[in-house]
This record gives sequence, C-alpha cells and structure tokens, in this order.
Amino acid sequence: MVGSAPLWAVLVVPAVLAAFTVVAAGWDAVLAARSAGRPVTGAVLAAPLAEVPRLLAAQRRTTLAPDALLWRLGVAAIPAAAVLSAVVIPFGHVAVSRMTVGVVWFNAMEVLTWAGLWMAGWGPNAVLSLIGGYRYVAQGLAYELPLMFALICAATGAQSLNAADIAAAQGHLWFAVWMPAAFAVYLVSVYAFSFLGPFAYPAGRDLAGGVTAELSGPDRLALEAGRWLLLTSGAGMAVPLFLGGGAGPALPPWAWSAVKTLAVLGLLVWGRRRLPVIRADRYAELAWVVLIPLMIAQALAVALVVLTMGGPP
Amino acid sequence: MTTAVFWILGPLAAASGFMVFRFSSMARATIALLVSFLASGGLLIWLGLAYLGTVVILMMIMEMVIMAVFMIAYMMNPAGLMPMAMYHNKRGSLAISIAVFALLAAGIFAAPWPRRAGAPPRDVTFQLGAALMGPQMLTMIVLGITLFATMVASVVLATHRGRYDRFGDDLKRRPPADPMRGGVGR
Repeated sequence: MVGSAPLWAVLVVPAVLAAFTVVAAGWDAVLAARSAGRPVTGAVLAAPLAEVPRLLAAQRRTTLAPDALLWRLGVAAIPAAAVLSAVVIPFGHVAVSRMTVGVVWFNAMEVLTWAGLWMAGWGPNAVLSLIGGYRYVAQGLAYELPLMFALICAATGAQSLNAADIAAAQGHLWFAVWMPAAFAVYLVSVYAFSFLGPFAYPAGRDLAGGVTAELSGPDRLALEAGRWLLLTSGAGMAVPLFLGGGAGPALPPWAWSAVKTLAVLGLLVWGRRRLPVIRADRYAELAWVVLIPLMIAQALAVALVVLTMGGPP
Repeated sequence: MTTAVFWILGPLAAASGFMVFRFSSMARATIALLVSFLASGGLLIWLGLAYLGTVVILMMIMEMVIMAVFMIAYMMNPAGLMPMAMYHNKRGSLAISIAVFALLAAGIFAAPWPRRAGAPPRDVTFQLGAALMGPQMLTMIVLGITLFATMVASVVLATHRGRYDRFGDDLKRRPPADPMRGGVGR
C-alpha cells in the first residue's frame, strides 16, 4: 500500500522537515507576539527566518582548551538525528524508507541526541555547558523508558514495527482513542527529546542557556534548528503511530498527513509556551514511579485486546 | 554499492575501535568506541538483520553515554579529566591484541564455511522473536531474572537513602523526609 520512494527522495526529507519546522517557528513567533501584546505582522512571522543569515554570519565563540572535535560532532548530531529519524515516517502513501523496523529506527535516532547533547555540553570546556549536557542524560534516563513502552503499545496494536503498517492498522479506530495513555506519554516525550518547553531543562535559563551557553554562529543555528526539527519529526511520527496516518475523507492521503502533522505540531508549540520547566530529578521520579507502571498496564491492555479480538479494533 | 557499504563500515569499525586506545581523553575514547559500535550496527543492517542492527545502535548509544558519565566520574586521576591511556603494559597489550585480531581474521578465511541450504526467511525480525519466545524462552527468562536481580542488588548496595531514611523506621512518616522537595507524593 505504501510505495517505496526513489533514492533521490532522501534529499526531500530534510527539505520537507525544514518546511514544517519553519511553519512551527512562525506559529511560535505569533504566539510570542500575542502574549506580549504586540501586533502580529509580517516582520514577526519572518523573525525566526531572519535569525538564520544573522547566525550564519556571526563569529564563532571560542573557549579555553575546548574539545573541538566532540563539540562540533555533538552539535551536528542533533539536526542529523532529526533528519534520520524522519526518514521512516510515511507521508500519505510515500515513505522514503520502507524499513521493516521503522519504529525501532526512529527510537534509535532520537536516542542519538543523548550522545549529541552530551558531547555538545562537554566540548566547550565550560561549566554551565557541561551541566547542561549532564542534565540531558539525566532527563534521557527519565523519559526514555515510558517513550519506548508508548512505541511498543502502537507496535503491539498493529502487530508490526513498520510505521506504514501501524498507520494502516488504524482503519476503524485511531490508536490515540483506545490507547490514550500511550499517546499522551508519546507527546510528552517529544518535548523531552527535543528539549523544548517543559523539558528545556538542559538548556535552562537558570544555567544561562546550559548546552547552548557557549554556542554562537552556525553552531547555535545547528543546535537550535536541530531541536525544532526533532519536535517536527516527533509530531510527524505521531500521525502514523496514533492518528491513523494519511487516512481521512475527501482529501488525498498526503494532505491528511500534512494536516494532522501541523495540528500536532501546533498543539506542541502552543503547549511549549504554557508549561513550566520540570527538573530532571522530579520527572525521573514521576516517570519511574507512575509512568512506567502505567505504560506496562497500557501495553498489557493493548496486548489483551489484540489477542482476544485477533487484531486492532 | 553494497560492497562499498562494507568497505566503509568495516574499516571504520576496526579503526575507531583502535582509536579507543590512541585517544588520551576519556570522552573521546568512549565516543570512538561508540562510533565502532554504530559501524557494527550498520553492518548488521547491511546484512539484512535490520532489527538486530538498529537495536545495537539504540542500546550502544545509551550505554556509551552512561559509560562516559561513569568512567569520567570514577577514573583514578581527577575526575577522568587528565590525559590517560586505556591500556596497561603498552607493548604486551599491543602484541596480544594484534595476534588475536590476526588469528580471528585468519579464521574467517581458513574456516570451511558451509554452503547455504535454503533461503533466508522473509521476515527475519519475526523469526528472531519466535526463536526468543519459543525454543530459547528458558534462556531468556533466566537471563532476564539474572539481569534484573543484578540491577536491584546494585541499586540496593549503591543507594544512599533508602525507604527507611525517607519514611522512618515504621515506614509511616508522610510526607517523606527528603533533602529536596518535589516529585511524587509531596
């Protein structure tokens, strides 16, 4: 049902992901202007894009005795992880990679941010940056297991690890409807791996920017763009996993994929400005004491439904 | 194309594995080991074992990052921040590792490989799951319980504050006496 794309389609992934990210950044700028009571003008919408040439032209900050290799590698890993994770997301009837284990691949690429952000924190040989990197590892240990169980719920429901198969298994009922806990945990985890909103702790203001503290110019652009690309990729993956993929009346599948992705993305960007930042140690306790047992119960419920009904409802 | 993948990932895995012993920084050595594992995971995917390869990539990233944190924290020199080496007895260890590598590599060419009988299954991941949950179930249960017991035991041994410190000797103190507020139940 989902066709394989030619090899050049690999080049389309970053472009499409970037386009959705620009929309998200524009929406974020609109929300910022609204909450500050400023009128929403064209200049407000263009402000995130205007940052790009400014950062590209800006001079690179240097610190004393940095580990430049790990620093650059870590910063570059963030946008790279976002693009690589998006490769397995089916968009309408097309997926660039028809990898049979797409969900696991998405998970692995999202985990790449652990190494990337730790290296980005370690590299500049600066204390606030280093604390930021370590904060992300602590946050990672907290969010990762509930997220894995949420992905397992969707995969168990469809009896497949392929994102397109999972989308196709939701012909009658979206997974978001009958596994709501998994969907909620997934959305929260999207904030966590893109370290935005309530999970901006590694780049917190209390650390003068944490991992981003010593970044300037193209490096800052790569990391900041990378976290928004991760948010977009996470929103995009929510569609095949929980919202029925490209299925829907009247419109073609690609249009439904786009509409649903934008809806999830809009919600995440809106929530990002509404929710307070949560400390990693507090979230770790919540994740391990409440969310993991909840997710195991959710996975058990999904498995029982699939076993008794012979498939997803 | 497919042979090119092997000739990129194979030497990359070996070279970055070797670099683990060349770097004098704990952080770089760990990341070099991670690159080696990522290349090995890529080779597994290239061999058609998509699930195993992806899981190697997934687990090794998490494992190496945690290893970096612990190795830097517990190195003998101040916090693993001074230049260090990942070996003792440089000449001896180099000779032994080159000899073992040569022996294993020679084994690849010397072994009488059997001819393939039959075709690989269509869904390798499903076959793997069926094997693990079928004939190998006992192994996996024993492994799972052993690993779980090890984890619980090491946490119990390492924990600074247990439930008796938090909830009192009769476990009745509410809210628990914690140095930091916040979290579940407070």
